[in-house]
Amino acid sequence: MDPNLLTTSRAVDPIFMIIFGVSLALLFGITATMVVFVIRYRRSRSPEPTSQADGNVWLEIVWIVLPTLLVMAMFYYGWSGYLSLRTIPKNALPVTATARMWSWNFTYANGKTSPKLYVPVGQPVVVNLVSEDVLHGFFIPAFRVKRDIVPGMKNHVWFVADKAGSYDLFCSQFCGTGHSAMITTVEAIPAAQFAAWLEGGKGGEPAGRELLEKHGCLGCHSLDGTPKVGPSLKGIWGRRVTVVTGGVERTITVDGEYLRRSIREPNADLVKGFPPVMPSYAGRLTDAEVTAVVKFLEQLR
Amino acid sequence: MSMVERPATSSFWNDTGKTGIAAWIFSTDHKRIGLLYFYSVLGFFLVGVLLGLLLRIELMAPGRTIMGPQTYNALFTVHGVVMIFLFIIPGFPGAFGNLLMPIQIGARDVAFPRLNLLSWWLYMIGAATILTALFTGGGPPDTGWTFYVPFSARTGTNVSLAVLGVFIVGFSSILTGVNFVTTIHRLRAEGMTWGRLPLFVWSLYATAWVQILATPILGITLVLIIAERLLGTGLFDPGRGGDPLMYQHLFWIYSHPAVYIMILPAMGVVTEIIPVFSRKPIFGYKMIAFSSLAIAAAGSLVWGHHMYTSGMSDNAVLVFSFLTFIVAIPSAIKVFNWVSTLYKGSISLEAPMLFALSFILLFSIGGLAGLILGAAATDIHVHDTHFVVGHFHYVIFGGSGFAFLGAMHYWLPKFYGRRYAEKPAVVGWAMMFVGFNILYFSMMVLGMKGMPRRYYDYLPEFAPLNLASTIGSWILAAGLVLLLVNLFRGLFRGEPFGNNPWGGATLEWAIPTPPSTENFEQDPVVTHGPYDFKRAGMP
Repeated sequence: MDPNLLTTSRAVDPIFMIIFGVSLALLFGITATMVVFVIRYRRSRSPEPTSQADGNVWLEIVWIVLPTLLVMAMFYYGWSGYLSLRTIPKNALPVTATARMWSWNFTYANGKTSPKLYVPVGQPVVVNLVSEDVLHGFFIPAFRVKRDIVPGMKNHVWFVADKAGSYDLFCSQFCGTGHSAMITTVEAIPAAQFAAWLEGGKGGEPAGRELLEKHGCLGCHSLDGTPKVGPSLKGIWGRRVTVVTGGVERTITVDGEYLRRSIREPNADLVKGFPPVMPSYAGRLTDAEVTAVVKFLEQLR
Repeated sequence: MSMVERPATSSFWNDTGKTGIAAWIFSTDHKRIGLLYFYSVLGFFLVGVLLGLLLRIELMAPGRTIMGPQTYNALFTVHGVVMIFLFIIPGFPGAFGNLLMPIQIGARDVAFPRLNLLSWWLYMIGAATILTALFTGGGPPDTGWTFYVPFSARTGTNVSLAVLGVFIVGFSSILTGVNFVTTIHRLRAEGMTWGRLPLFVWSLYATAWVQILATPILGITLVLIIAERLLGTGLFDPGRGGDPLMYQHLFWIYSHPAVYIMILPAMGVVTEIIPVFSRKPIFGYKMIAFSSLAIAAAGSLVWGHHMYTSGMSDNAVLVFSFLTFIVAIPSAIKVFNWVSTLYKGSISLEAPMLFALSFILLFSIGGLAGLILGAAATDIHVHDTHFVVGHFHYVIFGGSGFAFLGAMHYWLPKFYGRRYAEKPAVVGWAMMFVGFNILYFSMMVLGMKGMPRRYYDYLPEFAPLNLASTIGSWILAAGLVLLLVNLFRGLFRGEPFGNNPWGGATLEWAIPTPPSTENFEQDPVVTHGPYDFKRAGMP
């Protein structure tokens, strides 16, 4: 950990302290004055008002000028901290974050993709934000950074992890049923380890699983049997399910043909009890990729 | 039990000779319309409270507690829509503005009594439309009360109908604003100069201008959402050259000033109660009246502080942050003047005063939390977290909501001729105050720790504070039930309430309890200010 490294938290936290400090002092002052007045001038002790004062020009001036100075100072500090959050350091590592209902995917300059955001400790990272559907929000509480992800708009966030560790990354802009499940982590690892990870191979994982991660399928479909927004993919091959086809219920056995159609036209045969919210992947996956996914699902017991 | 006994003297309850439901829902008497509004908004408030309690039960522990994510999303949307559009925006002008404002300026009614009745009807029609949207089509909207695009343009839920309902309610608000501005300009009694207007009337005047100027923009925005959904206009859809940020600007151009529709009259109520229960003139009358206008004016230019993280330009963040801090100044002025009014007074801590003093404290906490949100750097961390939810409830529930309850205890006995019992009211207030702080302070801490808002489920690290928050909601609700049962029992069966037991110097305390339909037997001539207790003949 380098105490001189300018991190986003170090740019923001002192401003929290300043505003909290001033606020607490004001709140204490107001409350204490109120309590003292109420005790001293309660009717049992002060049956008649002892003053009929209805204003004082000097007091009014004081309490216009004083708050003005205080809030202008807060405005200034708030703005200067904000500039630090917006000024990307020169050596920042670019990563693209792709958000979709309801999962994250991160793409590095060399084409490597990952559902978690791996970053090297001590090196600033600039995350370019891309949304495939609605508004999302990129939020890492530990680094005090947040930015909405707006479809069709270029947005970025930068931060630097000064300590190795795993940090929560939330979707902060409401995006529907799976909003609160749209969580992943930032994995800050030592630079050398990061370089090895970045250049590392596919890790022997089947291509089908990578595709599921890359396209965000796992945001709604679990691999461990738990139903999320959509049915779990575990043991889906050969499962007998009730589907709704054009408003009519029927029972089918899941096979390759059904899976292919459901990827391309998710609402054609909708599994009963689940909302019709899955987007179509026609045109987003090639035929070979669909085959790879179906093959993976066939083996997923 | 015998029939509820009204005082023998004739009053607006019986002096027109008309009875039955039609004598109420077609009445043009501002007091009857005020009570129609009062019971309508109170009903929706209780619905909103119930939804809020259900949301808190769901969040009591991580994972599913009593409902699924889709239900949760619908509930927080409906909670927001009901509380904002059906309770707190129409609440003060519709209920207490109608009941009190004409009397306080020495008038027999508002300038346009039939338009006033139409406002209530539009409100009810809009409310009925929103309720219909919950049970028809694709089900209750699940977008949050902000209806952000592109999500609101895509979701299969019944957004179009709900938005149409809000659109209709908006017209009711505009008409009330027009009516009040005209009334305050044209119908003041002889001697009721602008410098003698009660400060509650000043606050309603500032509010009415916001209602007139800002609400049409909401109307336009909502029509555009419906056009987007039904006609596919693409105004907000980036895939067709539209811009989601334009929607956010349009939405907040109304919805930020709308929070001043919610809070300004509440400040007005507090400004009426504090001098009466301190037996001292209000400190800084002119500054308080001026600050209401300043808040209404400057508050119309700060909408962009809802959008620091939206992708809006950094220059816009600079300007909106600066203007936001400017709005803090008139609010601070009001707080200092209220506290100074207590100095060397003769303070009686009865229920309305307890609500007024707790308003100052809770509003200050909410307002100071607002400084964190107004500063650009710190807002980034807490934006879209539970900190915002806590801040908003401190200002709007701890502020406006507590002032509304204070106004109920201060003014309703005047119109019913009977009053509530003091002790249960104080106990109910204390329970609400304690429960309130547990409920919403926990939320602000959760936000600081990074828990995003509108989260159906959360990580285990957020569990203890969520549990505390939920327990707080139960204490709050228990206090509210006690308070309301005691109040309404008292209004119908309680001790008789005289013409001016509190010792107020505004005109409503100079006429019989309950008032007659005409309010004044002959047109009043005003000879002193609203807080000149000596010249109003108080001891």
